[in-house]
Amino acid sequence: MTFVDWISAPVNWVFTIIGLVVIFSGFRVVTSRNIVHAALYLVGALGGTAGLFLMLSAEFVAWVLVLVYIGAVIVLFLFGIMITRAPTGLDESLNSDHTALPALLASGFFLMMSWASIDAFGTQVIDSTGEPVPTEIIGESLFGRFVIPFEVVSFVLLAALIGGITLARRDLSPAEEEERSAV
Amino acid sequence: MSPYFESYLTVGAFAALGVVLVLGILGVASILRPDNPTKAKKLTYECGVDAVGSGWSQSYIRYYVFGLLFVIFDVEAVFIFPWAIILEDLGVFGLVEMLVFIGILLLGLVYAIRKGVLQWE
Repeated sequence: MTFVDWISAPVNWVFTIIGLVVIFSGFRVVTSRNIVHAALYLVGALGGTAGLFLMLSAEFVAWVLVLVYIGAVIVLFLFGIMITRAPTGLDESLNSDHTALPALLASGFFLMMSWASIDAFGTQVIDSTGEPVPTEIIGESLFGRFVIPFEVVSFVLLAALIGGITLARRDLSPAEEEERSAV
Repeated sequence: MSPYFESYLTVGAFAALGVVLVLGILGVASILRPDNPTKAKKLTYECGVDAVGSGWSQSYIRYYVFGLLFVIFDVEAVFIFPWAIILEDLGVFGLVEMLVFIGILLLGLVYAIRKGVLQWE
């Protein structure tokens, strides 16, 4: 495929624009001096990723990303920011001086993932027929072949819930405990 | 172009139109209006009284528990969607699978109620 072929396909334009949005948002998440802005840039990065999934015809995964990550996890992040730090405005100390090692780690991880993808798939092209993957297929594999992992997920979620409540609740005094058990 | 991409092209066109509309209206307004900011004009309006302190404040930790419950049951909802589509093919076995899944998660809700974290004092 030559560069002219690549540039003449509109799908590559859309991919490039979404990819640049994701990269910019991801960069701003770590460089923003306002922690709330960082969380909102994370919304941009995740929204762009959902767009990439849509381009791969993975409709269900894309909307799950929007529903769970943008709709719920970011809300939890914002609550977490609001209960732990006050005031939550501009904070110069937010950016750490230690940038060399994280940058090295991130580039190393990027190189490793690039190498692994190229090594595994090479010049294979995803044959995107433009038909959305039917959600029935996901349901059939989830409740057929992967039924045990599916039930295990509920235990993972239960553990997360109980762990979160244990961390977030205020310990009751013995008198209050007694009062509550009497009700 | 396939109907799948065409339908999302419509979504994209509407999103782009929305952005253009908002930017256009604000842009026209910024050209037409007189621009003479003073310190008093930039103050946050609060029933005519000068605002005190910062707009940022710390909130109660009990909101966090509600956020956490929302995330957990949001993930549960995600699993219910593919289940609901093929429910008729799965039959009773599928129903039992989902009831076990929801039952285990409801234990978490029962735990939250018993520990009193959902009470608003």
